[in-house]
Amino acid sequence: MKLPFTITFEKRVEDYPKWLPAATSIGSVVVAFIISGFLLKLVGGEPIRVMNFFFQATFGSWAVISDTLVKATPLILVGLACTVAFKMKLWNIGAEGQFYMGAFFASLVVLVPLVPPETSGFIVLPLMAIMGMVGGAAWGFIPGVLKAKLQVNEIITTLMLNYVAILWNNFWIFNKWSDAGFQMTPVFEKSAWLARITDYARPYSEFIETGGGLATFMTAIGLERISGMTLHLGFIIAVVAAVVVWWILERSKWGYEIKLIGDNKEAARYAGINIVRNIILVMMLSGALAGLAGMTEITGVVHRLQERISPGYGFTGIIIAWLAKLNPFAVILVSVLFGALLVAGREIQPAGLSQLLQGIILFMVISSDVLLRYQIRFVRLHKPAAGEVEPA
Amino acid sequence: MTESPFAVDMQNIVIRFPGVLANDHVNFTLGQGEIHALLGENGAGKSTLMNALAGLYKPASGTMKVYGEPVNFSSPKDAIAKGIGMVHQHFMLVPNQTVTENILLGLNEPRFRMSLKKYDQKVLELQEQFGLRVDPTALIWQLSVGEQQRVEILKTLYRGAKILIMDEPTAVLAPQEIDELMETMKAMVATGKSIIFISHKLQEVTAVADRVTVLRKGVVTAEGIAASGMTKRDLANLMVGRDVVFTIQKTPHNPGDVVLDVKDVRGENNKGVPALRGVSLAVRSGEILGIAGVSGNGQSELAEVITGMRECTGSILINGEEMANKPPIAAIKAGVAHVPEDRTHVGSAPSMSITDNTIMKSYRQPPVGKGWSIDSKYARANAQELKEAYGILAPSVDTMARKLSGGNLQKVILAREISGGPKLMVAVQPTRGLDVGAIEAIQRLILAQREEGTAVLLVSEELEELLSLSDRIAVIYEGEIMGTVLTDQANVDELGLMMTGTRLDHLKKFEEVSHHEEA
Ligand SMILES: Nc1ncnc2c1ncn2[C@@H]1O[C@H](COP(=O)(O)OP(=O)(O)OP(=O)(O)O)[C@@H](O)[C@H]1O
Ligand SMILES: [Mg+2]
Repeated sequence: MKLPFTITFEKRVEDYPKWLPAATSIGSVVVAFIISGFLLKLVGGEPIRVMNFFFQATFGSWAVISDTLVKATPLILVGLACTVAFKMKLWNIGAEGQFYMGAFFASLVVLVPLVPPETSGFIVLPLMAIMGMVGGAAWGFIPGVLKAKLQVNEIITTLMLNYVAILWNNFWIFNKWSDAGFQMTPVFEKSAWLARITDYARPYSEFIETGGGLATFMTAIGLERISGMTLHLGFIIAVVAAVVVWWILERSKWGYEIKLIGDNKEAARYAGINIVRNIILVMMLSGALAGLAGMTEITGVVHRLQERISPGYGFTGIIIAWLAKLNPFAVILVSVLFGALLVAGREIQPAGLSQLLQGIILFMVISSDVLLRYQIRFVRLHKPAAGEVEPA
Repeated sequence: MTESPFAVDMQNIVIRFPGVLANDHVNFTLGQGEIHALLGENGAGKSTLMNALAGLYKPASGTMKVYGEPVNFSSPKDAIAKGIGMVHQHFMLVPNQTVTENILLGLNEPRFRMSLKKYDQKVLELQEQFGLRVDPTALIWQLSVGEQQRVEILKTLYRGAKILIMDEPTAVLAPQEIDELMETMKAMVATGKSIIFISHKLQEVTAVADRVTVLRKGVVTAEGIAASGMTKRDLANLMVGRDVVFTIQKTPHNPGDVVLDVKDVRGENNKGVPALRGVSLAVRSGEILGIAGVSGNGQSELAEVITGMRECTGSILINGEEMANKPPIAAIKAGVAHVPEDRTHVGSAPSMSITDNTIMKSYRQPPVGKGWSIDSKYARANAQELKEAYGILAPSVDTMARKLSGGNLQKVILAREISGGPKLMVAVQPTRGLDVGAIEAIQRLILAQREEGTAVLLVSEELEELLSLSDRIAVIYEGEIMGTVLTDQANVDELGLMMTGTRLDHLKKFEEVSHHEEA
């Protein structure tokens, strides 16, 4: 078959419209699902049923949405960690290690313990959050100083420090704080647990029983029961962190400096910006965000320090920051999608399916970047008149 | 198809950018063996038109013929295949590779095995033919700007270009390099090549061009008129649509206290070679001290040590405070403005907006900085005002710096530095790449600074500019000051001798000797 036109790619002269990056990202996710569907079909699966199941398992009910958001929480924070660093073209790929260090430092509060066991949660949790950020920041400070003062490549140092952090955690878990020889510490006191929705199940069901307008509405949207919903306060913390990061990057003097250094280091130096200090500070901020993710994970989900608290969140954060085009709010959306993929991986057999989907999405989004730089044109096949240039 | 008299024939070319009609039904023809000058104000659309000819942009409408044959380029490769080569306003070379490697870059040959020696030889042959001398084995970063440009020209010639487009080739060159380039251009047309030449320096145009086309705001105002018999004044008039004043009135020299006092400063350049060898000079408030010299004799390093961008030994007092080796922020706080030599790599952030580029020095304090945040509304309104006041041509203040035409980017930098109300202004080639109208405006602004009591250190390669603006002129040669003269008493021949390494006191002695002889 011969088409009456050919399709050509042309380099964009004009700016792309503002909505295009968002549209291509969403479009590529959709295309990724379609491609995965074809692959499923190819191996004899039933793509529609699987996709439907996938959706049901991740967004189908309030309970699974809660699960999805639980998974999204650490992803948002590590995604933000990478976003801040990448804005300055600092390639921090050590969010994983900073996550572990954040978890470790936060745990010190209850494991050493730094406060008496009967201390109220209103003191313990903020203290753990601060300690978590300090731990992550310290783990960002080391490569930051090495980069700023000695020009040591941060990609290598942050990568290596990941392993150090993981092994350091293991050492303490196995040797000092092991719970009956298991690779985990004893469960924390309740005062070190972040509030979860399910914690309010009893008063909530009483509230539903008493009736009234709001209660009727809640029942109507399917929220008559909340017991078992494990969504914790960490999600709110992560969203607030996204707003704060957005404010820093888009509204503050510091954010201006970060962006200027990222765009043209020499111009930043010329503008009187202290580059050494900023490299260190941004690595610390990045580390602190990843550390906070570690803190919310141990206080919101596992309630103890244990081996493998992260299935590679820190590395997923790199992908998330990239897919979100370094926009803090987009980081939230992308994290929810990746949270869903994690949940689905748990529900769907074989589990590799969701990883496959993840890979295809990544591949599609990165290739869709071409659409931002090139435009597609349909060119009629008949020869244009002598010298004629295609009218716009 | 009959043989066309034109190497290039562009008719009714229209090119739009968001918010700008860069080329509005432009007609342009280039005769074979001709040097055709393309003139126009900053942002008139010269680079855009040439980029279309070089296959980088696609016109929305219009026709293009090369040697009579209709063409429709969709990439630079297509244009190169038709024998069109372009030397861009900002060079595109790989710094860590040799001259030959850069010339071969992107070609199909050599395929796998690089026998560089053979190609070095080929490059040398090409150089011989056109008198473009540069060591083929040298690394790009070791070369002067003038030599880098020769590499760019060789690159296009090596690809078999018959039609050469040169976008402001002389803006970055020293006077004798310009003369050499003109010779090269003449040698090239003598071998049948045709050249399109963009420049803001009208004397160059009258010197080499056969014909002239003038653009104004995207529209042709003079189409291929003969260059012979045109005066600088006629050309300027065609470009800006009004008479341009080439001589500026200046109030009498009335200097105040010493603002900048440099004593025995020594420093190295980027290659680690001594670039300043004991420079001493002083600038008073309300005074313009011109620094004359061939580019590469330590001028930019001098500007950088004063503004804290480069390490040095010796003493630099600004309003009595020692500033040598303090970070750039110290100089900014002391009220030092700096128009850097390199507007793209130092002076601006390419992917940030005009607004963001105008607050690079002022974001820390009110009214732009407020507590920890930046008052973006104020910054934007202020940028808007600067855009009007300095005649910056751009769709809006949100336009990214890298989308600006060369001259308009320079205006953004000047607007930022001058509007800060500096006590000392260090300006390196402030009018480089500007059109005659803008040069006039900027020179007025610099003089207005002087009236207000700013001390100005003006580095320029244009003697004419130094003579019309400076109160005193210091000549620098290989990192040393050869002497300082009052502008009223300056003599161009003397300055020329000093620029090539004769000290002023030697000249004086020589004069005395000749006086004796006469007596
Ligand atoms: N890629 C781009 N995107 C948007 N606008 C552009 C782009 N390139 C150029 N322009 C705009 O088109 C106009 C013409 O620019 P051009 O670079 O052709 O000017 P020019 O005549 O070469 O000026 P100069 O003498 O200052 O180099 C300017 O207003 C410029 O801002
Ligand atoms: Mg230009």
